[in-house]
Parts: sequence; C-alpha cells; structure tokens
Amino acid sequence: MKKVIALVMALAMVFSFAACGNESGSAETVKIGCTGPLTGPAAIYGQAVKNAAEIAVAEINAKGGVQFEFKMEDDSHDPEKAENAYNALKDWGMDVMMGTVTSAPAEVTAANAYADRYFYLTPSASSTNVTKGKDNVFQMCFTDPNQGSGAATYIAEHDLADNIAVIWKNDDSYSTGIRDTFVAKAAELGLNIVDEETFTDATATDFTVQIQKCQEAGADLVFLPMYYTPASLIFAQAETAGYNPTWFGVDGMDGILALEGFDTSLAEGVIVLTPYSADDTSEMNQNFVKAYQEKANDIPNQFAADAYDCIYAIYQAVEKAGVKAGMKNDEICTKMVEAFTTMSFDGLTGASMTWAADGTVSKSPNAVVIQEGTYVGL
Amino acid sequence: MIKSVKIKDRIEKSVLTYISVTAVFLVFFVMNMTGALSSKISGMLVPICVYVVMALSLNLTVGIMGELSLGHAGFMAVGAFTGTSVTMMLSDSVSNSAVRLIIGMVVGALFGALIGFLIGIPVLRLKGDYLAIVTLAFGEIIKSFFSNIYLGTENGSLRFSVLQNNLDLSEENGKIIIEGAMGIRSIPKTATFLIGYILVMICLAVIFNMIKSRTGRAIMACRDNRIAAESVGIPVFRYKITAFTISAAMAGAAGALFGNNYSSLVASKFNIDTSILILVFVVLGGQGNMLGSIIAAAALTVLPEALRSFADYRMLTYAIILILVMLATNNPQFRSFFEKLTGKLKKNGKEGGHES
Repeated sequence: MKKVIALVMALAMVFSFAACGNESGSAETVKIGCTGPLTGPAAIYGQAVKNAAEIAVAEINAKGGVQFEFKMEDDSHDPEKAENAYNALKDWGMDVMMGTVTSAPAEVTAANAYADRYFYLTPSASSTNVTKGKDNVFQMCFTDPNQGSGAATYIAEHDLADNIAVIWKNDDSYSTGIRDTFVAKAAELGLNIVDEETFTDATATDFTVQIQKCQEAGADLVFLPMYYTPASLIFAQAETAGYNPTWFGVDGMDGILALEGFDTSLAEGVIVLTPYSADDTSEMNQNFVKAYQEKANDIPNQFAADAYDCIYAIYQAVEKAGVKAGMKNDEICTKMVEAFTTMSFDGLTGASMTWAADGTVSKSPNAVVIQEGTYVGL
Repeated sequence: MIKSVKIKDRIEKSVLTYISVTAVFLVFFVMNMTGALSSKISGMLVPICVYVVMALSLNLTVGIMGELSLGHAGFMAVGAFTGTSVTMMLSDSVSNSAVRLIIGMVVGALFGALIGFLIGIPVLRLKGDYLAIVTLAFGEIIKSFFSNIYLGTENGSLRFSVLQNNLDLSEENGKIIIEGAMGIRSIPKTATFLIGYILVMICLAVIFNMIKSRTGRAIMACRDNRIAAESVGIPVFRYKITAFTISAAMAGAAGALFGNNYSSLVASKFNIDTSILILVFVVLGGQGNMLGSIIAAAALTVLPEALRSFADYRMLTYAIILILVMLATNNPQFRSFFEKLTGKLKKNGKEGGHES
C-alpha cells in the first residue's frame, strides 16, 4: 500500500536529518547567521541584505584578523518559517545572529535568541517589539515609531503641506505601525490630515479609488508608509489621473529607483525618509557601491547598507570584546552586549552611532528627495 | 471510488492508526527529552501536530462529508486568535502554563465550533463548487477581520475596537492583546509536543468514533447518494452541520496550539495558501483516509525544511517532489504494484486498499 511506503519514506527522511543535526562548528571562524525573505514578495530585501553582508564578510576576512563565516536561511517573511530557519542556523553552529530582515519574523527569532542567549543585531526589523525587554537584541535601523513621528515632524518643520492624506496597507505591521505613530504625531503638531485610505495584499494593484479620494479631499501631500512596489503603482496611476501632490515615503520606499521597468520620472520630487543614500560621496560608500554593483549588478538600497553596517559593527564589537572563534554562544553574547552598549560606530548609515541598553540605535532619519533619477540630500 | 466498508475493517484501521501515531510520538518524545534531536526537528514537532490536526479536521469535511472547503485556515485563525488571547489574559491569574494552554485550546475549539456552526447554516445548503467558493470567501473575511480588530484589557475589563485603535489603555494597568495588523505579540511559548500529541489522539478518537456511529453512517450515506439518503428520511442538513461544527472545533483547537507556539501571531498567515496547503495534505493522504492525512501532513511540513540544503532551488524542488508524488500515487501501474506487494505480504485474497 502506498501509505506504508509513504510512512517509511517520511520516517527515513525525518531520521536522516535528525541524525545530521548538532554538528559542532569549525573552531576557526565566528559563524554569523541570518534569516530573511529570499523567496516571496519581500525577497528583494533579503537578497539585498545577503549580498551586502557577504561583501562585508569577504572584506573583513581579507584583512586576515578574526575570520567570519556568514550563512543566510530563507524565511519567506513568515514567522513560522523564521523559527525553522533559526533552528537550522542553530544546528549549523551559529555564534552570533545578524538578525532577521523583516519585522514580524524578527519578533519570533529575537524571542528565541533571547531565550537561547545568542547576540542579535538586526539590520532592518524596525518594530519596537523586536527589542523590547531583551538585553541582547539590537537594531541597526531606526524604529517604526521613530519613522512615523520623524516624518510628521519633518513635514511640520518644513511646512510642506496644508492638507495631508495617508495611504497605508492595513494588513501589514510595518505600514500600520508607521501610520499609527504618524497620525498621532501629526495630531500633536496640528497637521491637517484630510483623508486616510487603506489597501491590503489582495487590493495592492489598483489604487484609482484611493487616489481619486485623496484628490477630492484636496490633499497636497500624500504620506505613503509602505514598501516601494505598491508605491510605484500609485505614482503611475496618479500620473494617469492627473494628480500631482508631494509624495512622502519612508525607508520602505528606498529601492524604487532600482525597480525593473519603473519610469523614474514618475518618482520625481518624491521625498523619502532614509538614513542612507547611494550617492553619498564618502570613500567608504563609494567603495561599497562599487563592490555591490560588481556582485549584484544593482544600486544598493538602505537594507543593503544596514546589513553592511551590521557586519562591521559586529566586527568592531568582536575585536573590542576579544571574542574568539570556538567560544560558547552565551559567553560571546555576554561579552558582545557589554561591548556593544559602550562603543561608538561609524558606518554607511550614520556616524558615531551608539546603542542604548534597550537595543535602539541613536540615529535620526534624514530626508532625501528624488531628482532626475537619483536621491539628493535635503 | 468509494467502496462499502466493513465496520470491522474500520476498527482495525483505527487501532493501527492509534498504535502508529503513539509509536512515532514515543520515539520522538524520548529523543527530544534526551536531546538527540536537532533544533530544527524539535522546533517542528508542535507545528507538525498542528498540521496533522488541521488535516484530520479537513478530512472530516472533505473525505467523510464529501464537501470541498477552501477556507479551513479561517477556522484555524478563529481558534488561534481567541485561544491565544485567552492564554495572554490568563498569564497573571493562572500560573501553570499547561493549564493555561489547555484552557486556551478549549476556548479556541469553542469559538471555532461557534463560527463553524454559524457559517455552516448558509454554506451547507449549497453544493459542490458553490460551497467551495463561499468557504473561500469566508476564509478571507476572517483574515480581514482579525487584521482590523484591537483588543485590550485594563483592570480586568475588556476593551475592543474595530478598524482604529480607540482603546485608550493606561500605561500601567492596560495591556494590549490584539493589535490590528500587527496581531498578537510577545506570546509566551507554552505549546508542547505532549499536548500536541494528546490533541491529535483526541481528534482521532472523535473522528473514528463518529464514523462508526449513527451520525457517521448517515453523513457518509449523504455523501454517497444524497437523494437516496433523503428518501429514507435522513435529515441531511442536521448531520452535515454536526460534522462541520466538529471539524471547525478541531481546527480551532489546532489554531490555539499554533498561536501559543510562536511569539508573534499575524492574521496574514491564515490566507488562502494555508487553506490550500491543508487541502493538499488531505488529497495527498487520500480522502477519508486518516492515517494517510497524518503521514502527508507530517511529511509535507518537514519536506521544505529538509530541502534547505538546496538553497535557491528549495521551493522549486519542493514543488517538483509534490507533483511527482501526486502523479505516482495516482498512477494505476504504481498502485497495482503496491497492491500486489501488500497482497503478497498479507498472503490472502482480500481486497488490497480499502481507502476511498
């Protein structure tokens, strides 16, 4: 009967890789593990993190000091798969975790890393819940509330708009988190929000109704706390509708110019809140952009820059704390936490960054505007 | 397709299922206790139990009742959100985590049953494709609903709002539980393999006893020939709604177990993909075949993780294996080969496969 065979096959499969677990890591390298979406709708962020982290690891290894080994497991932006990916990294013999790329899965892996005592630094999971109550979890990016209130403050300070509309994705924690704090801060600062429109995964292709409503409400600035794929459609459909407000995006908007088949002239004048711009002329950034282009044939976005910084921040902390390959993960964790909260780090996404004990980074969002197909600092 | 089944065969089959599930459980339980399992496997033990229960529960609807449901993840979502909310609320008053989890699972099952019953009233009057489409829509509604509600507690009172977070919880006493699209967060991980196993056994006992009972025979009679069943006076609708409610209750309990196994729970998890995945377990394991569902659910939960070494080609390999298995199990030559094989093993002239 097929069931018998299926049972035998299932058991054989289970045992075959039950047996290959618990392999002890090689003693020469410090193993850095990472989980992120390499497949699925958020895959572009995971790929950016992977490429940038691999560049940074190769550079550090070329220096000849502490040797790193980097491994990224796919979590498809799903908390359940993230836990499996995390466990796979544990079996691989991970020493330090360079976080999870997106927020919802990161909440799961961070909780596990806290319980198992792995040092954890996420490049881009911006939810406050990732770090809350966990002494060994740190963020390289600024938090969602920081972005929402940062955007509102920026709009108020520069007097960018009289009437503001918000289009947000109400089934997504990233978008909802930023929208909530934006609206709260806007009310505090006396900004006039005239319209709020929502969309979901299923309706993320047609924005004509939302655009029309924003237009009817007379909004001269539209705040878009979302990733860039829906934003690119909004720009194109607003163009068709003859609606031309100031568009204001957050870090998820970063990468829109690299989107295949996107007419960059549509994004002209879009303001993006991001800590990183690829045109920065510093030598460090130029080298990174060059290396990234060689590796991925693409302009790096903020996720890539954050990941690159993460690896270097871990490197700096490893050197400072005197972490050696072959130490136990809880020992590494204790030393790294001590080093991390007392050091200052210069990277692509900011200078003299420091980390508070609650895991948040001292970094303020900067606004850049898109002009002639590139990001220009404001 | 469906052959008449002797009651004796069913009993033998149920005993075989109980024994094999318990044997596999004991092996893994002991290995897990002694630390012989890799973290990857021990992390998957609870999700496997959850998906096994989901597959059993859907098999009751699809295999025994003969109705196609495409919204089963919706019932799982109901159980996950209600059950996990209850365990979160009880985190201060009930100190024993196992007791808390069991209360959560009971609540999840009750809410699953309630929603299943309410949905069943209109849905089970439909047949075939219509029923599939309505259940699909229901699954989406549930997902949307849980993405848009806010629930919190303050000084023992519940606060609830829809679409906007209007809870106004105080800093000290307030505790937010469901936070709209961000779902439930900071859930203490209380789900254990033992409780998962107990849930699987309870579901198996319910299903096997139901099949053997008057209700089960009536349901299967409706499935095989509705007109004939109605003509002998079987109240088709009443029996169907009983089975549908039980199926939804099991899904609710599984959802509550799932919710308590991860530190964050988001509604977008319970989308059509999850419903289809559960349906795949049932179809692959054989409709009406409980042991088949268990094996298919366990194997297909483990498979994507076992393929991690393929890296970039992982999901491609997974899809190819799935297609090959589906083709192979439906190939007449392949089937007759195994029937011959098992015939030889049994050394008697009885029928080979008696699954539907």
